[in-house]
Amino acid sequence: MSWETVIGLEIHAQLATRTKIFSGSSTAFGAPPNTQANLVDLGYPGVLPVLNQQAVKMAVKFGLAVGATVATRSVFARKNYFYPDLPKGYQISQYELPIVEHGKMDILLEDGSSKTIRITRAHLEEDAGKSLHEDFHGFTGIDLNRAGTPLIEIVSEPDMRSAKEAVAYMKKIHTLVRYLDICDGNMQEGSFRCDANVSVRRVGAEKFGTRCEIKNLNSFRFIEKAINYEVARQIELIESGGTVQQQTRLFDPDRGETRALRSKEEANDYRYFPDPDLLPVVLDDLFIDGIRATLPELPDEKAQRLVRDFDLPAYDAGVLTGSREVAEFYEKVINEVKGDAKQNAKLAANWVMGEVLGALNRDGLDITESRVSAEALALLLSRINDATVSGKLAKEVFEAMWSEGKGADDIIDAKGLKQITDVSAIEKVIDEIMAANSKQLADYRSGKDKLFAFFVGQVMKITAGKANPNQVNDLLKKKLAG
Amino acid sequence: MSLTRENIAAIAHLARLAITEDESAAYAGSLSKILHLVEQLNVANVAAIEPMSHPLTGMVQRLREDQVTATDEHEKFQRNAAKVSDGLYLVPKVIE
Amino acid sequence: MAELHTLTLAELAAGLKSRAFSSVELTRHFLSRIEKFDAELNAFITVTPELALAQAADADMRIATGTASRLTGLPLAHKDIFCTDGVLTTCASKMLSNFISPYDATVVGRLKQEGMVMLGKTNMDEFAMGSSNETSFYGAVKNPWDLAKVPGGSSGGSAAAVAARIAPVATGTDTGGSIRQPAALTSLTGIKPTYGRVSRYGMIAFASSLDQGGVMGLSAEDAALLLQSMAGFDERDSTSVDMPVPDYAATLNQSLKGLKIGLVKEFFEQGLSEENIKPVKEALTVYEQLGAQLVEVSLPNLPLSVPTYYVVAPAECSSNLSRFDGVRFGYRCESPRDLMDLYTRSRGEGFGSEVKRRIMTGTYVLSAGYYDAYYLRAQKIRRLITEEFAAAFQKVDVLMCPTSPTTAFDIGAKVDDPVTMYLNDIYTIGANLAGLPAMSIPCGFLAGLPVGLQIIAGHFAEAKLLNVAHGYQQVTDWHKRMPERYA
Repeated sequence: MSWETVIGLEIHAQLATRTKIFSGSSTAFGAPPNTQANLVDLGYPGVLPVLNQQAVKMAVKFGLAVGATVATRSVFARKNYFYPDLPKGYQISQYELPIVEHGKMDILLEDGSSKTIRITRAHLEEDAGKSLHEDFHGFTGIDLNRAGTPLIEIVSEPDMRSAKEAVAYMKKIHTLVRYLDICDGNMQEGSFRCDANVSVRRVGAEKFGTRCEIKNLNSFRFIEKAINYEVARQIELIESGGTVQQQTRLFDPDRGETRALRSKEEANDYRYFPDPDLLPVVLDDLFIDGIRATLPELPDEKAQRLVRDFDLPAYDAGVLTGSREVAEFYEKVINEVKGDAKQNAKLAANWVMGEVLGALNRDGLDITESRVSAEALALLLSRINDATVSGKLAKEVFEAMWSEGKGADDIIDAKGLKQITDVSAIEKVIDEIMAANSKQLADYRSGKDKLFAFFVGQVMKITAGKANPNQVNDLLKKKLAG
Repeated sequence: MSLTRENIAAIAHLARLAITEDESAAYAGSLSKILHLVEQLNVANVAAIEPMSHPLTGMVQRLREDQVTATDEHEKFQRNAAKVSDGLYLVPKVIE
Repeated sequence: MAELHTLTLAELAAGLKSRAFSSVELTRHFLSRIEKFDAELNAFITVTPELALAQAADADMRIATGTASRLTGLPLAHKDIFCTDGVLTTCASKMLSNFISPYDATVVGRLKQEGMVMLGKTNMDEFAMGSSNETSFYGAVKNPWDLAKVPGGSSGGSAAAVAARIAPVATGTDTGGSIRQPAALTSLTGIKPTYGRVSRYGMIAFASSLDQGGVMGLSAEDAALLLQSMAGFDERDSTSVDMPVPDYAATLNQSLKGLKIGLVKEFFEQGLSEENIKPVKEALTVYEQLGAQLVEVSLPNLPLSVPTYYVVAPAECSSNLSRFDGVRFGYRCESPRDLMDLYTRSRGEGFGSEVKRRIMTGTYVLSAGYYDAYYLRAQKIRRLITEEFAAAFQKVDVLMCPTSPTTAFDIGAKVDDPVTMYLNDIYTIGANLAGLPAMSIPCGFLAGLPVGLQIIAGHFAEAKLLNVAHGYQQVTDWHKRMPERYA
């Protein structure tokens, strides 16, 4: 264990604009090839780029949300290289003067402590198209629908020390961009992906080791696997007397390995220079403050508020604010459920984290597709609070709500799950049980306290679990004592 | 600054230009002459000067409304392409 | 009435308006002259007679129904650097020898809207890289004043076409002198407006921060007439300036009394014999007679404009021309073995040698380790030059100097020496680096070959430029001379 891992991430988040960063083509996903690539996207001779205002606003929003400096003057540059999915032979990006610099993001480590990951910069740029490598009679097919989709590239400092930290950071950024409504976060469609710069060094060493860049990681699981594989590869390489070559690598999810990219093995010389077709982007305070005013409550702020106002454990608050949609669901529940606010917050937290997320996970659904709405769950929790149904039976009610799509009251009525709170009715049941179990009664009275549970069980059995447990406890104690 | 044929080969590769041996020798000569001309720039004192990438220095980037204005015209656009299939532009197989 | 081709654009406009002739008649006249003379001139890459006659017929309808504009029915030729919807647009390159543009450049669209009639697309140096029109894939253009001489470049086809009166007016583009130098060498009036004044959308880019579209015509009045409709804001070009276009015709006749003319000391000192500078000096005397005052000004860094330009322009061109890769449009090599082969052969075979030279120069000056020494340094000197111009315009209204160090030279004389060729642009490049409007007007002849006077003004002072040029043309007739062969 003499090695330390050093990781920096470059996250690419596609901005959720209607149109491309420099043209009026739609960015909608999934259109037939090249039907959303106009002359500008195709890099036709003579055409020129004009910057999308919404892309700028979204980048600024991100910058403000990570406490970064938003540049009042930023400049687009050309990054020159040839690749079939890059129609102009250069990518319009930002180089020396990015729109966002010096931000940070806190992550929660496994031991419960938190760590700050520094964000070097976030810059605006255009996405490339897609190369389809399936065989088209020995050719590669090029679809340029994605070309020109706005991206922010979020570059971190090499502050992460394990694959888990990298995943935690990536997840936090993922949550944030969705809270901000600037990226749909759809990793399968490539809306949110990252390149990981990975190196290893001896513990205590000051100098970083030579890094490898793993390109295009588009799932949290792959990031962890790819980094872990790469770390092991580098350590093994060094320990067996080799040296790490700086290179770009691809992760092969099927094999769980990274491998060097063949097509880009030569050293790149991107010949960046300011794009003469675009002018400096100059933003005044009015513009930036206008965007600041639109910022929602950010996930970390929300989590802190839940802890402060409702005494929720930090872990629970973290889970409940872990996605904008879960947080919205949770907050809707606690706003609607009747009763003590703090108590409800905890009750709702347990139900959302337990039953709801559990059921979603089981059925492979997203919280926005939950079969029990926040309002319906709130009503069920209110029924627990007003003692209509016991907490235990409420779970049965929930399951029925989930599978049948009906409301709590309907299920409780239909299944006769309404709680028995009538003292005389419960007493009658207890009397019958005492009469039928005289031996157990005698044993209990002679000191076998453990038998109390037996009597509770009997009551619940006869009432099919509907008797109010608190009342059962109180009444049994009184009656068994004689 | 004089450029060798090796220099020319490297530049031509970066610029993705196939050039013949003869051309390479000629370019080594003419590019060296051009660089010699350009070396006149070394006489100016530019220490405190901001580089200028645009002739109208006061102008700033205009921002476009985020409205879809393009329609699908790929059939028309692809008439200029040498090789297409099923709406895709085709290039020799790319090996990553 | 005089033969139609001897009339200026303004005179032709008046004739159409008064129904002295129809647009179809006018168009037929120029088409027949193209038919007759272009084989020897090689001014056109593409002639579009059917389209022209259809547009002329439409124009005549507009004239008849009273919906005509000032330009409706007037024929013109477009430099083949402007994209024209449905028409071959080659940039004089093998690379685009099969390229049918699917759209109109803003300039083309605007003039079409006005009802102008396009005769065809004119020859030029390949991708506008050249000063003699010898780099065209479609062959050299001949100077109508002497068919053994070059017409200048890169807008050499437009120059030859107008000078030989086979088109009444033509568009051009000017990155380092490509309108002014050929205008000077063929005795035309050419204007390169302020950078950002005319939309670059659809004008195939050579060097984006230097390129500007303009006019080549027979007089300042004609240039004003066409520029009026070409100029103006275009939301598709981020570098287009959102400023109203003044009425150029309205100020053409303003008095030049009190005009302060700056004579660029560095340019009058450099490289020109007494004999060669004579026509320019005589022109200055005419201006004095018109009431102008001559003031010597010094722009000490201006002589560095050629080396500055030969860093900036190739750098931008190397990137601008990367889109020509044989994939989506343009030339593609036969049976590429692999992707690298597709790129290198399509580009190696599709581009001519001067274009490749500039791409390589640009690639080199931007490459790692050389960027600061070349590109960044050039951008700094560009600022020095721009500031020197700005300081000069604090003192004077316009600057004057020769347009070109020589008159038209023999075809083939300089093709083997790029640096000598580049020095042709010594007087014109400064205006591009600083984005200034500039003109060339005819001011005499040396050994039977035309000489041009260059006038440079401050940003957006096109009206002043045109006024200054027009004032001279009211008292001289150099601009009315035409090559005998084409009279």
